[in-house]
Amino acid sequence: MREFATEVVETDVLILGGGMAGCGAAVEAAYWAKPLGLKVTLVEKAAIDRSGPVAMGLSALNTYMGMDGKVTHDSHTPEDFVKYAANDQMGLTRQDLVYDIARHVDSTVRHFDKWGLPIWKDEAGNYVKSGAWQVMISGESYKVIVAEAAKNAIGMDNIYERVFITHLLKDEKEPDRVCGAIGFSVREEKIYVFKAKATIALMGGAVHVFRPRSQGEGFGRSWMPPFLAGAAYATILQAGAELTQMDVTLVPPRFKDAYGPVGTFFLLFKTPATDAYGGPYVGAYGSETDKWAPYSKLKPCPTPVRNYEMILATKEGKAPLMMHTEKVTDRIKKEVTDPKEQKKALKKFENEAWEDFLDMTISGATNWAAHNVDPMEKPMELQLGDPVFIGSHACLCGAWACGAPELMPAQYKADFPAQYNCMTTVMGLFTAGCGLGASPHKFSSGSHVSGRIAAKSAVKYANDKKGYTPTLSDTTIGKLKETVLRPIALYEEKSAYTTVPDVNPNYISPHNFLFRLQKIMGEYAGGWETNYGTSDKMLETALWKLGFCEEDIEKIAVKNLHELMRAWEAIHRLWVAEACARTRLARKESRWPGYYHKYDYMKLDEGKKHFINVKYDADKKEWKVIERPMIPII
Amino acid sequence: MPSYVIAEKCDGCKGQDKTACMHICPNDLMVLNKDTMKAYNQEPTYCWECYCCVKICPQQAMDVRGYADFMPLGAASTPLRGSEDIMWTITFRDGRIKRFKYPTRTTPEGSIKPLEGFSEAKVADLANQFLLGEPDIMGVKELPTKK
Repeated sequence: MREFATEVVETDVLILGGGMAGCGAAVEAAYWAKPLGLKVTLVEKAAIDRSGPVAMGLSALNTYMGMDGKVTHDSHTPEDFVKYAANDQMGLTRQDLVYDIARHVDSTVRHFDKWGLPIWKDEAGNYVKSGAWQVMISGESYKVIVAEAAKNAIGMDNIYERVFITHLLKDEKEPDRVCGAIGFSVREEKIYVFKAKATIALMGGAVHVFRPRSQGEGFGRSWMPPFLAGAAYATILQAGAELTQMDVTLVPPRFKDAYGPVGTFFLLFKTPATDAYGGPYVGAYGSETDKWAPYSKLKPCPTPVRNYEMILATKEGKAPLMMHTEKVTDRIKKEVTDPKEQKKALKKFENEAWEDFLDMTISGATNWAAHNVDPMEKPMELQLGDPVFIGSHACLCGAWACGAPELMPAQYKADFPAQYNCMTTVMGLFTAGCGLGASPHKFSSGSHVSGRIAAKSAVKYANDKKGYTPTLSDTTIGKLKETVLRPIALYEEKSAYTTVPDVNPNYISPHNFLFRLQKIMGEYAGGWETNYGTSDKMLETALWKLGFCEEDIEKIAVKNLHELMRAWEAIHRLWVAEACARTRLARKESRWPGYYHKYDYMKLDEGKKHFINVKYDADKKEWKVIERPMIPII
Repeated sequence: MPSYVIAEKCDGCKGQDKTACMHICPNDLMVLNKDTMKAYNQEPTYCWECYCCVKICPQQAMDVRGYADFMPLGAASTPLRGSEDIMWTITFRDGRIKRFKYPTRTTPEGSIKPLEGFSEAKVADLANQFLLGEPDIMGVKELPTKK
């Protein structure tokens, strides 16, 4: 096989991933590292200007307290936010982590404002809120702006773009300590080894673990971007740290197929949604959803219960469910009678409705136009999407991490090797954003601030451990290099055996490997194929079949660097899948019925209100399931 | 297809080592064919239709054709992105056209100096909970806490 060059980069604070959390981490780390003379390095698999889920843009900042009262309405405290987020997730969250995000998030949004993000304001300069927590923005360039701040803070010389991280590195003298990461360039034949005192894993969430609904060209139109491949969860797990709540994926209720956003339509425009016969499906299934009381009866109704109502309506034959955007037009016409004012109000609605789509889901706009649907005149269909792992959104998956010193319940202290905010259960390894588990509703602004919290903590750790130098032998690096490049070597060795390289008994392509994984997860582990239902027996079958996938990792073969990235994305997704299936198997209740439910435990069980964590011992190849108590702080 | 390159308009970014679309695609889909000096999407089924390539193409040689498995043909959302706003032209299948313009940023490109205007970090402050600019930037006197 061709020889790949190896570049070793030595740094103090290593930021893996340049999405919202990574860019937040870069700014904060730069600030604190400067007087200490510490070096900060950021690695990203794409270009940070347009990487991560905000690559396309966004139309709202979903997490903002407005603690100074300068909002059009809904000025809130972190306590209010913790109550809301905990209820939305059926009572089970790390309240200390949620509180920490909430008390800092306003500062991140103020930075955005200063940097040039167009935040909607009223005449007095107050931020325009659409709901209790959401601030409206014109966010086409949101990520470009946030990336520019990161670049200018740490300097382009310290940013490695188009480098894909495959593994975290463990210190050879201290096996329970992470000391950097290894990966490869997707542009040139080169392996990168990053050695660091503190490593922050911020590679985002995971989609395409479950099978997407569209199987043709629309395969890529997962709601969250297809480039979220679970690297944070997989590498954290492989490094021996605990993941929590990997069963709780988000199932997004969205405009069907193109997955246009619904938040602004529900909150700002107060758009009614109905079943196919015009009847309300929201709140229509009390006799069933009451089984999820007290959560199901709270206002606002939790996302997993609202989803469950959609499942029930669909099972009853009342699909397609419709979002009646045209009724907003009718309401405006009724409310604003002056012809000139009415025209203005309608124009405003039209402008804002299209912006919501064009800022963040352009396909949604094209889909309206392709069906000749003008949302001012006609409704469009709603549907639940495929389950995604996105710890920053309305779900709980991620790493079990240390909280802020004065917020974290004392009972959790012993779980961590040292008391540093956002440190995982492995020394020197931090996470935030989608990587931070049981800390829902961060969204983009909360992820940015989450990255900042982790970065300050990581700088403090790197400074406290100033004398530390990673121990990593050339033999270890050599072995890892061989593992990383194995798919290329296998292809070179075996591809000539058949007349066309695509079908060959000696290997499997990353694409086919992914298809197999998605079929297993979709059919057995609670995908849309079964209306999000699963059971112990189905999960046992899933795990049996995933075991073959695990063995076949060594049989993945690729033609080039681009496919090598697809190979490692698929491998990372497999680890996420296995963590999910094991956690779902261990949970003997259906707490989040519209996210996933278990046919054999079809109820909420308050006696089982605890976190379920998983951990993997790479040496022994053993999984461990750990229960952690839920301790509220509010 | 999702994103596609119009053969006549693409100039391969004039023989630089990488094209604008290759540089920006978050999913590493765009490739330059060195023989024809034209770019193409190597893996259309992995395209998110994020339009990052369409927005950045200096020749306006890129566009998106909606996913074939659920979008009827004939519609388009076409952006024209400037330094402070973006113009959209929406073409319906039946020929109707709508145009929208939205702001994208309020400061000049490249002008962000995230650390400027704040006092230099003090080592002793690593022990407290304040992040860059806090608490002043939030308009509150103290950081909320639970004790």
